[in-house]
Amino acid sequence: MNEEKWTTVIKPKNKLFEVNIRELWDYRDLISLFIKRNIITQYKQTILGPLWFVVQPALTVIMYMIVFGGIAGIPTDGVPRPLFYLAGTCMWNYFSECLTKTSNTFVTNSNIFGKVYFPRLTMPISDVLSNLLRFSIQFGFFVLIYIIYAIIGDLEAHLNWYALMFPLLVMMMAGLALGFGILISSMTTKYRDLQVLFSFIVQLWMYATPIVYPLSQTKSMFWAGIPVHKLMCLNPVTPVIETFKYGFLGAGEFIGWRWLIYSFVFMWVLLGLGVVVFNRVQKSFMDTV
Amino acid sequence: MATAIEFDNISKQYRLGLVSTKTLSHDLKRWWTVNVRGKEDPYLKIGETNDRSTKGGSDYVWALRDIDFKVEQGDVVGIIGKNGAGKSTLLKLLSRVTGPTTGTIKARGRIGSLLEVGTGFHQEMTGRENIYMNGAILGMTKAEITRKLDEIVDFSGCERYIDTPVKRYSSGMMVRLGFAVAAHLDPEILVVDEVLAVGDAEFQKKAIGKMQDVSQGEGRTVLFVSHNMASVQRLCHHGVLLANGQISFMGNISDTIHNYLSTQIIQSAYNNKNPKETDKLNLLWAKVSPSKGDAFFNDTAIDVSFCVRINDNIGSLVIGFNIYSSFQHPLARADYNDLDGRATLERGVYEFHFRIPPHTLSEGDYTIVLDVAEKNVKNYAGDETVLSFRVDINDQSNINAFSENIDLKSSIVRGLWLVDYNKIH
Repeated sequence: MNEEKWTTVIKPKNKLFEVNIRELWDYRDLISLFIKRNIITQYKQTILGPLWFVVQPALTVIMYMIVFGGIAGIPTDGVPRPLFYLAGTCMWNYFSECLTKTSNTFVTNSNIFGKVYFPRLTMPISDVLSNLLRFSIQFGFFVLIYIIYAIIGDLEAHLNWYALMFPLLVMMMAGLALGFGILISSMTTKYRDLQVLFSFIVQLWMYATPIVYPLSQTKSMFWAGIPVHKLMCLNPVTPVIETFKYGFLGAGEFIGWRWLIYSFVFMWVLLGLGVVVFNRVQKSFMDTV
Repeated sequence: MATAIEFDNISKQYRLGLVSTKTLSHDLKRWWTVNVRGKEDPYLKIGETNDRSTKGGSDYVWALRDIDFKVEQGDVVGIIGKNGAGKSTLLKLLSRVTGPTTGTIKARGRIGSLLEVGTGFHQEMTGRENIYMNGAILGMTKAEITRKLDEIVDFSGCERYIDTPVKRYSSGMMVRLGFAVAAHLDPEILVVDEVLAVGDAEFQKKAIGKMQDVSQGEGRTVLFVSHNMASVQRLCHHGVLLANGQISFMGNISDTIHNYLSTQIIQSAYNNKNPKETDKLNLLWAKVSPSKGDAFFNDTAIDVSFCVRINDNIGSLVIGFNIYSSFQHPLARADYNDLDGRATLERGVYEFHFRIPPHTLSEGDYTIVLDVAEKNVKNYAGDETVLSFRVDINDQSNINAFSENIDLKSSIVRGLWLVDYNKIH
């Protein structure tokens, strides 16, 4: 009886890089069903339904206009305020939604994980994908407002070729959120402290990313002799957001390929690390969660 | 026949108590000794055997230890044992819900588990949507489910409700739907844990029938965990008896069940050490004994006696007992007022004597569950008062030649009903 004939071999520990992509592919129907479930169940028995996807960013933008635009008086690179805030909010919302969802993978699903086996990665992956619907509705809202501004002629800056990178940018946001999310979820199975800390970090993170202010504002600032502008770019989300805003609104100037590639590489390293840790934890997390 | 599943030295260690700051210190120490000093995990050595009722010194226990066996393809194996013997842990390892601490399990073919039916049902989704969801979680593809959808709906008997959210379902319907999906999963290896405990009689029959089809007709391998010896007996060919996380017996199912039942503690007498005055009723003592000799034989009468103190006037008393077979079938009932039909007794201490006539119970294990109660209010005889005894066959000539079959051995009533027989030709 040789080893090849066994279809399932259950061992105490997986090898470090033993990620079963094939298995994940076999469960692709499950991923699509999870996505469907997430979408269907989110707004069942609500009157406005998916309209909430639009109401929420609209209210956020109005709040930003009052607080950051009105009271604090932070400029927006000459872009109309609603458009500027909406662009940032759309992208950031997608990122933070994915992040909080995926970072709770083990804790919220412990019930179902405890009863049946399926590749655990299907859960965070479907979370990230189902959030795309919400994102596309919000993006559509952004485009609508954009068109309105273009018609009334209040828009000085213009759409440029960098906007073509849009799909890549969304993918990078998804990848970064997934990578961070599964890394955090793996670490919170045993020690819940991180969960509390993490929800706080996500809030702060938004302010470390140029959402409510343009990156150009930090150009002339220094912190301990280092330009703040550079520090901001170390945040892998910054180049993505900045490229998005530049592409669609022509706000400020292009951040540069160097930083964009840095973000891209960062995403892959993070994803790799996240998957490895996640894979190790999923084996025995039921005993500790 | 080929081997379908091979358990190779499987052990599983659990940490007792809470996950707390001590966990962090243990984790650090473990990491230090294993990764930095390159030695064995210090906590793997100190585990103790898993005996629920005794107190141990260590924080770690072995839920399973050195489990080593093979299951042939097409075999139906019953896994039996007391609560906490490690049955469910074993199935959890097999269905990959959690990983073993040491050892490997190898299996051929898709493993489908029925650890709990209806996993992943979402309250807001309809029955149909949940069939797809549940099926996919169990490893089916959409196309497979679509192909079997009619069959599943039909089997569940929930056709009328299929487009209604499952939150409107009764719990029985939910189980039916869940089982229907799982039963149509068609895995090569099916893992079943006590699912038959739910659902009505008709559905249980259906479920057992389906499992029999799966194992016999389609030649699939089934691992079945249950406390219901009757269904284990009916479904399984082989048995594995677990005790304290180790295999204590393995063999054909009849022998395994027999072995299991013989390990159960026999308590033939109960004494109440400090009866509470505040209770309306007290059971002072109870015992079951053969009318002559020390052992229970099928041809001697069996005496059941107990003593009850009545502290208060109770309008409707229930004083009596039920006899259960080892398969937990209720067999017979006797009451204090069977002779005169009285409903109450005045205060005082009473002794009751019952006699089960000879040639009533066949060979086997029986339990006596006492009722000392105020009707529909409270039973003052708790679990600790349950008596048990074993009846052996005394008269060897009574043993039928075919009684190797445990069904015959444990036929509950073995009456001396023969009137006479004559040669007529």
